[in-house]
Amino acid sequence: MNFYIKSFLIFTRIGMFTIGGGYAMVPLIEDELVDKRKWITREDFLDLMALAQTVPGIFAVNIAIFIGYKLRKFWGAFWMALGTILPSFLVILAIALFFQQFKQYPAVENVFKGIRPAVVALIAAPTFKMAKSARINRYNVWIPIVSALLIWLLGFSPIYVIILSGLGGYIYGRLKSKH
Amino acid sequence: MLFLQLFYAFFKIGLFGFGGGYAMISMIQGEVVTRHAWLTSPEFTDIIAISQMTPGPIGINSATYVGYTAVVNAGYSHAWGILGSIITTGAVVLPSFILMVLISRFFLKYQKHPAVSSVFSGLRPGVVGLLAAAALVLMNGENFGTANVQIIVSIILFVTVFIASYRFKANPILLIVLSGIVGYLVYG
Repeated sequence: MNFYIKSFLIFTRIGMFTIGGGYAMVPLIEDELVDKRKWITREDFLDLMALAQTVPGIFAVNIAIFIGYKLRKFWGAFWMALGTILPSFLVILAIALFFQQFKQYPAVENVFKGIRPAVVALIAAPTFKMAKSARINRYNVWIPIVSALLIWLLGFSPIYVIILSGLGGYIYGRLKSKH
Repeated sequence: MLFLQLFYAFFKIGLFGFGGGYAMISMIQGEVVTRHAWLTSPEFTDIIAISQMTPGPIGINSATYVGYTAVVNAGYSHAWGILGSIITTGAVVLPSFILMVLISRFFLKYQKHPAVSSVFSGLRPGVVGLLAAAALVLMNGENFGTANVQIIVSIILFVTVFIASYRFKANPILLIVLSGIVGYLVYG
């Protein structure tokens, strides 16, 4: 079978069975491409994984793009990314097509009334986990607090927070290296 | 015009989306709910819930959903809605393609450069703030209710799910399903 069709199908299958985001895909990709097919060495795979986390964008798609590009340049990246995206694209499109009618049933609205506060809790919980891995201490704790307040109370765009905190880190690093 | 706005909004989300799916929620919310009002706050919360229960990353799921819904809500047909979802989904992954080409040429050399690690020492705490903001912005009357009974039930659900997820690492899909059953029984 053609390499591109094969890689498209592999990533479609992985994309189809990973519920709950990009990190769930990592062991599946490793098993398929490193262990089974030996398309890529474990060292290269781990390097690309680190890189995919460093750059902005959707983690799962970044992995597909980086592996595809390493193996077959642009078209490798294209077909692997398309494979990753397609299952979720089709599922969500089907839901979007029917969700509005579906939501008119009072029972459905009641179910979602229970789900909404749960979703907010599911977003709040990783904030504290992430604070640990980002090494938040008493000297830099003002950064997340000020950013959150700017977005929450003043309607600041999160994009500015990203730009400012990156720039701030860069300037701080420059000042520190001078002393 | 709407199609251009959708493209531009999701291109920005892809370009500045550092720190994984949950951090991206804040970015998507900033563009889709706060800035353009393509979705209401509860609609946005619903799509996050759907995202947790269906395959694929939240970035792709919300791009696809918003692309379709925003176009259809503006009065276009289903076919234009599907085109809208293709545009938004393409736009959110396009920066990754562009960056990859740049990275393979330049970035690999500079990945260990002190300037890059300085930038990330600032970005990491910023991303934590983004995540906190996403939760705070969603804690509103539209998601928690305005009637007394619903507010109390919502707060109980919020605290229970928070503890179950943070302290006991319970499965998010299970928590969503159980909360839906509670909603069905309490409000039915």
